[in-house]
Amino acid sequence: MTKLLNHNRRNFLKLAAATGGGLMLGFNWTEAEAAEPTVLVNAASAAPGVDFNSYLSINPQGIITILSPNPEVGQGIKTAFPIIVAEELDADWKNVVVEQAPLDTKKFERQVAGGSGSIPHSWKRLRVAGATARHMLIDAAAKRWSVSPTDCSTQKGYVMHTASKRKLSYGELANDAATIPVPTDVKLKEIKDFSLIGQTIRNVDNPKIVTGKPLFGLDFHREGMLIGMLQRPAFGYKIKSVDSAAAKAMPGILHVVTINNSVAVVGKSTWQVKKAKDALKIEWEKDGNLESTSDHNRIFKEMLDSPNATVRRKDGDVETAFKNAAKVVKAEYQCPFLPHNPLEPMNFFAHVKADSAELAGPSQTPESARNQAAKLLGLPPEKVTLELTRMGGGFGRRLNTDFAIEAVQVSKAVNAPVKVMWTREDDMTGGIYRPAVRYRFEAALDDKGNMIGYKLRGASINAGNATREDNFPSGAVENLLIDSVDHKSPITTGPWRAPITNFLAFAEQAFLDEVAHTAGKDPVQFRLELLDKAKQKPTGKITYDIDRMRGVIELAAEKSGWGKNKNVAQGFSVYFSHRSYVAQVGEVVMEKGKPVLKKVYSAADCGVVINQSGAQQQVRGCIVDGIGHAMYGNITFKDGIPDQKNFNDYKLIRMNEVPEIDVHFVKNEIDPTGLGEPSLPPAGAAVANAIFKATGKRLYNQPFVETEVFKGVS
Amino acid sequence: MALYKLLINGKSYQTEAEADTPLLWVLRDNLGLYGTKYGCGIAQCGACTVHLNGEATRSCMLPVSAVGASKVTTIEGLSKNGDHPVQKAWDEVDVAQCGYCQAGQIMTAAALLKRKPNPTDAEIEATMSGNLCRCGTYHRIREAVKVAATKK
Repeated sequence: MTKLLNHNRRNFLKLAAATGGGLMLGFNWTEAEAAEPTVLVNAASAAPGVDFNSYLSINPQGIITILSPNPEVGQGIKTAFPIIVAEELDADWKNVVVEQAPLDTKKFERQVAGGSGSIPHSWKRLRVAGATARHMLIDAAAKRWSVSPTDCSTQKGYVMHTASKRKLSYGELANDAATIPVPTDVKLKEIKDFSLIGQTIRNVDNPKIVTGKPLFGLDFHREGMLIGMLQRPAFGYKIKSVDSAAAKAMPGILHVVTINNSVAVVGKSTWQVKKAKDALKIEWEKDGNLESTSDHNRIFKEMLDSPNATVRRKDGDVETAFKNAAKVVKAEYQCPFLPHNPLEPMNFFAHVKADSAELAGPSQTPESARNQAAKLLGLPPEKVTLELTRMGGGFGRRLNTDFAIEAVQVSKAVNAPVKVMWTREDDMTGGIYRPAVRYRFEAALDDKGNMIGYKLRGASINAGNATREDNFPSGAVENLLIDSVDHKSPITTGPWRAPITNFLAFAEQAFLDEVAHTAGKDPVQFRLELLDKAKQKPTGKITYDIDRMRGVIELAAEKSGWGKNKNVAQGFSVYFSHRSYVAQVGEVVMEKGKPVLKKVYSAADCGVVINQSGAQQQVRGCIVDGIGHAMYGNITFKDGIPDQKNFNDYKLIRMNEVPEIDVHFVKNEIDPTGLGEPSLPPAGAAVANAIFKATGKRLYNQPFVETEVFKGVS
Repeated sequence: MALYKLLINGKSYQTEAEADTPLLWVLRDNLGLYGTKYGCGIAQCGACTVHLNGEATRSCMLPVSAVGASKVTTIEGLSKNGDHPVQKAWDEVDVAQCGYCQAGQIMTAAALLKRKPNPTDAEIEATMSGNLCRCGTYHRIREAVKVAATKK
């Protein structure tokens, strides 16, 4: 059944696409068993759908169009949002057509892809949107039948009156229903009655993705559009002189212009522009510190020993606790800068005209990009349009708007529609990296192995506060000091998937494993004891839900058979971030004297799971991402110039390097939280702690391949 | 600039380009075939994979002047109705996250299955490890290749 229905849906999309704008097709979707959809209407007689609210419209043939407003970056939001609307509407999913909504924050409030925040923000709004329309459809049917609305029910696109065995489809009711005053206080479904939410539902863009339709920013095209590329400075440099004679003389090149501190080459085709950009002769001069990775290592040491740290949280009396300790554990952890490397490099289209501008492209923050463009051009925001394209990954890089603003500047300078494109080298060397961080952790244990004191210093480069001072184990230790020191560098940084916690979680969970080991306690038991303490005798503010954290720890331990399988070395990790709780167990075996990661078990509590297919893959993808970057990710610098420029010298994880991943969710009825990030932070420590168990060696620095355990291991 | 005659997806095209222009950019810029993706430009990621006489080939490093009379197939021409077994499997297994690399993954998988209709796990891994997926959909790619092998 499912297969057949999806087949129909695909044909609909395809026909709709093939016929182009202006022509509308409707199919008799109520004939669910029919092998092929029946064309009911054509352009001449097609009735457009009637709008019920910002999110949904229904046409007389029962086609429900749901607008999905948030930028799609691979987190599955374009599919997840409509599922929520359709659930409360009681729509038949096979009749739902999903469209990307335009940028309109008056209608949709938050159109951002970041912080795993879309689902928590919109959960209620989307449910109300669906439920409101459902109530209006019921009222319309009740009126037609002259019965009470309370005697009517809905099911899969129909309003039914059971007593008289009558039913009307949503399509038949749509026009009437849309004239009914919008109810303000609608009853939402009981979570236990959900029939669509929590099912396995495929990505609504699959038919376009598997056939190579132009969905992405880099695929955007306008007649007469030019291609632009920029040569940007390395970190700490500015332009001294530009010799563009050779570039300008090359075929297809129309403009070479200096914009701020970059040189833009604009021409007719990508390859011509790239070659001309490579032919630019730019002399750079020093404009700030020219930092190298060796400088950073020295700066980290200075920051860790600095007397001038900013105190982020202080509980009890740490000095006395450490003085009275039976044992003290101390360890330092360091991670490098990381580029985001979405497979679609940065790009944006802009056409700046006299009194308006048109933008299009992949942005996690389209409203911000539009407003900044408007400000730059001195136009009111409503004179600047921005079309959201699907994004070929983002990982936080597209929260920044630099590439969109560049496109605006270039289009304005050359007075033409321009798509600015970054090469992979531009993208990898262009900055806005995950900040490099070094942590120092110290734990004081009493003679029974209880953690009576805890210290953390976060030393970072352009991260501000690299700690999350109220995260676990804060609240579970009486004497605690968390502080931070930051170094300002010309190397630009920004949010990278699960900002700060992408490395902090590794360091903290690896450290707690070492503390548990030193205390002679089982790592799972050790964490549970800390949670007991936070519950029974809390210290200061606690921002995590103790029971939910306990829940994922217990589920991961149960599913992995924690401590029972003696043939594998297991490592444990748990982290709360972006409102969700995730525990993971890594399993390592030794093969020919080398540790090999075989499997990762994951237990997540994100409240209600919207879409099993999307949720499972978000968890898997996060773990692959977390392991991949912990193992291999590294950007180093020589005098402000990145050493790694493309995938030949920067390694991303590949299929033959990923372990089996077993995904579980805690089942509950708590309002859902996002899954684009929370499963990444714990992954590194689950692996590192398992490697310790297998080899007796601790991993303190990322990337792991550069450490003693892996040196010489291919 | 020279005039090139190309046989792509069963159709004959004529287009002007410089001899060293990679086929990738001829497909995208000259012919409007945007399904083939740019990821790295140095044949490391596989996003640009097309078939050249049935063989999976990285179009980002293949100069248009070297294509000659070879038959080129891109994702747009893999099947008429988007129903090649690999495309169907990719939908059924719900492989894609962002989807950007998937055209290249599908073209690599389709060429593998043509060569080896029933590949072993090791053969799937050896071939598909040449294609990067930044979202980390590798488990589903592996599964979808297996599902595709059962389809005709």
